[in-house]
Amino acid sequence: MTVAQIFETMEYGPAPESDAEGRAWIDRHKGVTKLFIGGRWVKAKSGADFETSNPATGQPLIRIAEAGDKDVDAAVKAARAAQPEWAALPGHQRARYLYALARLIQKHSRLLAVLETLDNGKPIRETRDLDIPLVARHFYHHAGWAQLMDTKLADRMPVGVCGQIIPWNFPLLMLAWKIAPAIALGNTVVLKPAEFTSLTALAFAELCEKAGLPAGVVNIVTGGGSTGELIVNHPDIDKIAFTGSTEVGRAIRTATAGSAKSLTLELGGKSPFIVFDDADLDSAVEGVVDAIWFNQGQVCCAGSRLLIQEGIYDAMVAKLRTRMESLRVGDPLDKAIDIGAIVAPVQLERIRTLVDQGVSEGADLWQPSWAVPTEGCFFPPSLFTNVSPASTVARVEIFGPVIAAMSFRTPVEAVQLANNSEYGLAASVWSESINLALDVAPKLKSGVVWVNTTNQFDAAVGFGGYKESGFGREGGLEGTYAYTKPRRDKAREAWKEPDPLPKPKPAEGSPLTIDRTPKLYIGGKQARPDGAYSRPVLAPDGTILGEVGEGNRKDIRNAVEAARKAAGWVSASTHNRAQILYYIAENLEARADEFAVRLSAMTGAKPKAAQAEVAASVARLFSYGAWADKFDGAVHSPPSRGVALAMNEPIGVLAVACPDVPPLLGFVSLVAPAIAMGNRVIAVPSERHPLSATDLYQVFDTSDVPGGVVNIVTGDKDALASVLAKHDAVDAIWYCGSPEGSADVERASAGNLKQVWVDNGHARDWLDPTDGEGEVFLRAATQVKNIWIPYGE
Amino acid sequence: MSAQESAPDQPQGSAQIHHLPGQPSAPPTQPWPAEPDNPGTALDRDLVDTVRVNLSAVERRAGTLTTRRTVKKDWQAAWLLKAISCIDLTTLNGDDTAGRVRRLCAKARTPLRSDLVEALGIGDLGLTTGAVCVYHTFVETAVEALRGTDIPVAAVSTGFPAGLNPMDVKLREIEASVAAGAREIDIVVTREHVLTGNWQALYDEVKAFKAACGQAHMKTILATGDLATLRNVGRASMVAMMAGSDFIKTSTGKEGVNATLPVALVMVRAIRAYHAWSGNVVGFKPAGGISTAKDALGFQFLMKEELGRSWLEPGLFRFGASSLLADIERQLEFHITGRYASYDHHAVG
Repeated sequence: MTVAQIFETMEYGPAPESDAEGRAWIDRHKGVTKLFIGGRWVKAKSGADFETSNPATGQPLIRIAEAGDKDVDAAVKAARAAQPEWAALPGHQRARYLYALARLIQKHSRLLAVLETLDNGKPIRETRDLDIPLVARHFYHHAGWAQLMDTKLADRMPVGVCGQIIPWNFPLLMLAWKIAPAIALGNTVVLKPAEFTSLTALAFAELCEKAGLPAGVVNIVTGGGSTGELIVNHPDIDKIAFTGSTEVGRAIRTATAGSAKSLTLELGGKSPFIVFDDADLDSAVEGVVDAIWFNQGQVCCAGSRLLIQEGIYDAMVAKLRTRMESLRVGDPLDKAIDIGAIVAPVQLERIRTLVDQGVSEGADLWQPSWAVPTEGCFFPPSLFTNVSPASTVARVEIFGPVIAAMSFRTPVEAVQLANNSEYGLAASVWSESINLALDVAPKLKSGVVWVNTTNQFDAAVGFGGYKESGFGREGGLEGTYAYTKPRRDKAREAWKEPDPLPKPKPAEGSPLTIDRTPKLYIGGKQARPDGAYSRPVLAPDGTILGEVGEGNRKDIRNAVEAARKAAGWVSASTHNRAQILYYIAENLEARADEFAVRLSAMTGAKPKAAQAEVAASVARLFSYGAWADKFDGAVHSPPSRGVALAMNEPIGVLAVACPDVPPLLGFVSLVAPAIAMGNRVIAVPSERHPLSATDLYQVFDTSDVPGGVVNIVTGDKDALASVLAKHDAVDAIWYCGSPEGSADVERASAGNLKQVWVDNGHARDWLDPTDGEGEVFLRAATQVKNIWIPYGE
Repeated sequence: MSAQESAPDQPQGSAQIHHLPGQPSAPPTQPWPAEPDNPGTALDRDLVDTVRVNLSAVERRAGTLTTRRTVKKDWQAAWLLKAISCIDLTTLNGDDTAGRVRRLCAKARTPLRSDLVEALGIGDLGLTTGAVCVYHTFVETAVEALRGTDIPVAAVSTGFPAGLNPMDVKLREIEASVAAGAREIDIVVTREHVLTGNWQALYDEVKAFKAACGQAHMKTILATGDLATLRNVGRASMVAMMAGSDFIKTSTGKEGVNATLPVALVMVRAIRAYHAWSGNVVGFKPAGGISTAKDALGFQFLMKEELGRSWLEPGLFRFGASSLLADIERQLEFHITGRYASYDHHAVG
């Protein structure tokens, strides 16, 4: 075309980014790539490899080594060997390494961007402007955490060797999210990039060499799912961090159950994008572009459910269709392309299948009038209307450039529709009313809420999910807890099997004593056990002290229902919750002697020790009364005009399986922090000594604890814990008891990926406030939601 | 918004062709509006009140317009030539003289050195700038200097730049400029009306100016730098269009902040909304501070993306600029020769 012709058509024309440097890098690694283990490049002992290709053209790029068991073992050994010395370095020394990595990433930013685009198919504009700058930002930010760890996180220590498995949608960025916090905080890592996208991880390993990072701190093993399994199941790994699909996350949760591995999961999503009728609609349309046509929609937090207030539904859909017409799909190395290639044919096929299903279910599909390239993996931007909440395209994570629109009438309905998903990763809220936006944001069950913006990320702001989108946070102070553990944990004693139960013998009491029958406590009322069985409670000498209900599956069901109904507790003011905790303490103390006598009778404790346990319980209630209005969130300052509010929100319905001893203090130590933070609790008290807990419900009744906030089901602890762990309407479970019970709870939790906190048989010293109470409990009782609020008029 | 909106020349079915290997380009299938067509409407306060502008989101879109789009090589040359055709070559200084204005007009007639025109193969285009823009005093001089061309003379008017002269004086100023041969009148609004939300007064004022313009095209300068907020910019744009403006224009060039992409984005979105609501077509003129080829391309991307192809033509799009042309010339010379040009190799305006 001549200049004069273009002058008439005013088309954009080609604007290719050169891939010469990227190709040269690939040529230098021709053959089969190596693994980066212990600071050296080694051939995979497995001898296996696979091909990686450019999804925009289908052309093969290079062959990637597939690490086998010997390779993974070598990597873990190298990481293990390096970890003590790395952790022992002063924070400043580690900070210098991270700082060097950040600088190296910036210096080689274009090569990394081009490699990423070649390997993944995402537009060079995004790798250049978003991925790689964020990668560098993560290393800078976490260089800071390395520097500050010795002071700011003085009571924390590294977790140890971390196995990290990352997805293909943001290959280098996900690597940065995993490696930067891990090594900053004294851990060493074995990281496996996704099968489709290994190149930038290998390039990053070269930067580690350039930075002079000590051997073994970062190990990169390439491979597919089987390599990932080897990492997940490796006995000498202390922590698994995984980003990927909910399906695989579930498998990892099951596989790691009972292994004592720490686990963080960042999984799938079906995030709502909510547009109220007072939004800046043109800006909201651009928001949708950033929400679902960013990275071809292959974003775990992509806004894929478009909820539009009914009065503006038609206008918004019309604007969106117009906007879709001017999107440009094509060669991702072209600098003026909005949407590049889908990562692989198998993904393209999945998108097609789901879109076809949407059409066959009766939803209306709209795509722009132009065609996408037929060679390579391309899919056009797609909008579904006439969608119901039950539609496949409204429920299933498509992981492609496809959005489903629905209308709502009121803010309440918007929240209801938004939360009607098993996922809870992110949400976007569009309104020009600060009242409306800040009313809705806390009600959305998701780890991130963007107000009048979307898909914003920063190293200083935690990212992670609610519900089946996973647990743990990446970024910010909240992210440091995923890669550290309390120093105090080291001192725990190993599990001891409890003594066998004594032989029961009847109590020698006056037959005239009125029988007191402790019942279950559900929804603020005493309830007889559904099975109408009871179990005896024995003194150490076997004397039957009384009987408690034998709770079963249906009692748990009822308790969970009661707990869910007590939703008002979440919105009770922190002052109000504090007052109630103090009130419980006050009423407990009024009956201190009676509780002490009961403890002595059940456990054989000397009166002084029993009195001390009661006193400690009163003090603990005071502690959490104190904390109730002081466990504040944070205001993060990402590098944009605005704030991100990191709010500590209750998890929801929380189950606790209490230790056998101390029966009263153990119960109080678990229930008090949970309710202080606004959770509703189903407590399974000490199996052997449950009477202190059942005595407590009279204290609750006299202390204004609303019905359903604390529910008590007595019985076989492990059996009940198992039922609770399997209950998909329970949001979290804490378990104190045997290693087997811990494993069972972890395994059973995979159903809804509830948050699990087990002691693996290592009992706490409950009387020691540094072990038996504090922020560790509060963090376990909350999840951090980051609400991004840009401002300006 | 009371009506559904769509970019006027990009309805469903239009052929937006992308550069893709092996894909042929198809010609545009829609007739384009070439000129403003805006008889105005009654003042609709509801519509004005529902204008919503989110600053951060607008800045984000404006910030990524220039990273989402780029043009290279021949395409860049063609786009820059198009930019030249949209320039209102401007001199609005206290030391303007007839000689200075005649020199400017000569530049408007021949914006590019002939060897560059030849090298680009655009001799047949008869490339000129979009207009010459001067104070009333120099309208006759400019008309005389541009005789024999199609280049219109635009006069800034109504007490430019502050616009605080008596109303009857402002109306007479317009009439005088039209009588002197100005085909385009760039008026300024009373900022107070916007800042106090007195939309009726703003509407009445602009409508009166429009009546005084007669057949001349009226460009309404909102002086966005004085309006403080983008919401004000959006609302004032709406009122100015309801009152019959042919173009809306960002700035006089004398405010502290002149044409910026976020301000432009709000104004072109208002043009789109107004078009969807009324069917009327209004042009856009960013002015002030646009001095580089790169700046110009940013505004062109904005026009094409937000309003569509027809808003890239001088009938509906102008740059108010004095030094932009010089930078474009140098970029074009680089495109042709591969060498960065000397400043003295191009004739001054």
